[in-house]
Amino acid sequence: MTVKTRSLSCPNCGGPVQLRGFAHTLSVTCPQCLSILDASTPEVQILQTFQGKQRIQPKIPLGTRGKLGGTTYEVIGFQVREVEAGGDSYSWDEYLLFNPFQGFRYLTEYNGHWNFVHVESALPDQSRSAGKLAMRYGDHTYLHFDSMKAETVYVLGEFPWQVRVGDTAACQDFIAPPLMLSSEATSGEVTWSVAQYMPGPEIWKAFSLPGAPPPRAGIFANQPSPYAGSIGSSWRTWLWLNVALAAMAFAFLVLSPGRTAFSDHFAYSQGAQQKDSAFVTPTFQLDGRDSNVEVKIHTDLDNNWAYFNFALINNESGQAFDFAREVSYYHDSDGTEGSRNNSVIIPSVPAGQYYLRVEPEMDPGAPFMRYDLELRRNVPNFTLFVIAGLLLLIPPIISTVRRAGFEAARWRESDYAPAQSSSSDDGGDDD
Amino acid sequence: MSGPTANCPNCGAPVKFLWSSAVQTTCEFCHSILVRTDVDLKKVGEVADLPEDASPIQIGTEGIYQNKSFVVVGRILYEYKQGGWNEWHIVYNDGASGWLADAQLEYDLSWFTKPPASLPASDQLTRGQQFQWNGKTYELTSLTRAHYKGVQGELPFEYWDKTDLLFADLRTTTGEFATLDYSEQPPLLFMGRAVEFNDLHLKNLREFEGWS
Repeated sequence: MTVKTRSLSCPNCGGPVQLRGFAHTLSVTCPQCLSILDASTPEVQILQTFQGKQRIQPKIPLGTRGKLGGTTYEVIGFQVREVEAGGDSYSWDEYLLFNPFQGFRYLTEYNGHWNFVHVESALPDQSRSAGKLAMRYGDHTYLHFDSMKAETVYVLGEFPWQVRVGDTAACQDFIAPPLMLSSEATSGEVTWSVAQYMPGPEIWKAFSLPGAPPPRAGIFANQPSPYAGSIGSSWRTWLWLNVALAAMAFAFLVLSPGRTAFSDHFAYSQGAQQKDSAFVTPTFQLDGRDSNVEVKIHTDLDNNWAYFNFALINNESGQAFDFAREVSYYHDSDGTEGSRNNSVIIPSVPAGQYYLRVEPEMDPGAPFMRYDLELRRNVPNFTLFVIAGLLLLIPPIISTVRRAGFEAARWRESDYAPAQSSSSDDGGDDD
Repeated sequence: MSGPTANCPNCGAPVKFLWSSAVQTTCEFCHSILVRTDVDLKKVGEVADLPEDASPIQIGTEGIYQNKSFVVVGRILYEYKQGGWNEWHIVYNDGASGWLADAQLEYDLSWFTKPPASLPASDQLTRGQQFQWNGKTYELTSLTRAHYKGVQGELPFEYWDKTDLLFADLRTTTGEFATLDYSEQPPLLFMGRAVEFNDLHLKNLREFEGWS
């Protein structure tokens, strides 16, 4: 048997009142005179005559149907609710959605931020997270965001309860963007609901509304952060780029190990060298474009030190590159200090015939030292890789900072806002 | 599913039972409340016309929940200060029976259950009270005084009193649901869970003007 729609006539103004919510509708506002009527009994009573407020036009007109989450809903009721906070009052719009099989849902809008709300039948589990009061519900942990007293200040359409302007409820919001878990307590009975954040254009599409949705202002409690997804992924990208960089460095090392231009064994003893220990090596050829030269020193020092003065001298032009290195190696039962080896890289050495002038020095009382010198042309230089690695850090750091800024702006609207925050808090930057 | 048939002692119309264990039914034609005795049907009262309501469920609605199919055979309509709700009496194809509550299109399925512990007296109940039953914490979320507004179809007991009764609803963090029904002493316990409309796979529902 088909359930028929009903209509009433308003006992205040006599005008017709169409009902969309069948027998679920317990109260309805007369569209002509805005009186709130008791629709639960055949003899329609006036619950409240609407005070002389100016008419508010809901952004989604009553009677509009739209599809959300695969189900068609009709907008049958509308209320404006208001909260007081720090001397200011804020209001938001609440649309009651109806499907005769699936039941009731809500759509809320504040400053262009929309939420699709479902009343929950299970109870959340109270917990704490990061020092904050939190609620565990389903698969999510919701952080306490704010507590307030909401008052109904304007009503249109139908409700499955006896609505009145001036109705109040104690509300609490807990967030896990894009979700928000809310409680509403009226005369001790608590109702829990879960809201899903929705962008205005999606609502406009779902309800086939003309024009554009109201622009979004500020950041809403459960608005998903535009950086939430990117932050993890930007660090992941950074990690992969570093892996790639390390692979490149390794390939560089394998494919371009440098070419030995000169290598020989030497010995040093105090007595033999007398005062001037300096000597020059035979000449050797350095090929190719301007490139680096690495000089490696391997010694057999044992609890001793040596100091090497070098000059890499071009045999033709006489151009000299002066440099020096100290090698010291000590060890005892506590451990070792220093190394028997050392090396130095001279950047941008032009091609040509060269020889090396070597002047080793040791402690006057030191014994004999053997050492090897190896001179290699065009060795891989990892400085560039280190710089590249550091540059790669910039994008993930920027997105981390931006996310922190977004979260700070979000929480500035909560009960946990820093005391005495400046009035210009509409920016998304960190402070 | 078809059960035994009898005739209404008031008007003579055929009265068909969908459920063999039904204790009470109503005559579709003359609205007499009929109670089964060993030999025949006895008229014990008469139901007033049920008020207009908008539950999508009706007697004969079939559904499947967790692979068990059921059919709606009876109904109690309760009324309280802020509205009303339906308790649809459902019978599974294995003969077991249960209740499908529809409170403003929020649905709960429950079954009469032997209490796992002794139940509190009605004057000991407060909202927020917790009970440990079958390893779960049930929290008392609402206390409602309601009376029945009407009955329809087959019920597992004789039930046509109109005095106010106390109902306590309890819920868990994982969607379980329980009702304490203080129509008897000790109270009756019904346990089950909250269900979404789509999970019931209902067929043979009512139709709504403008919604096809």
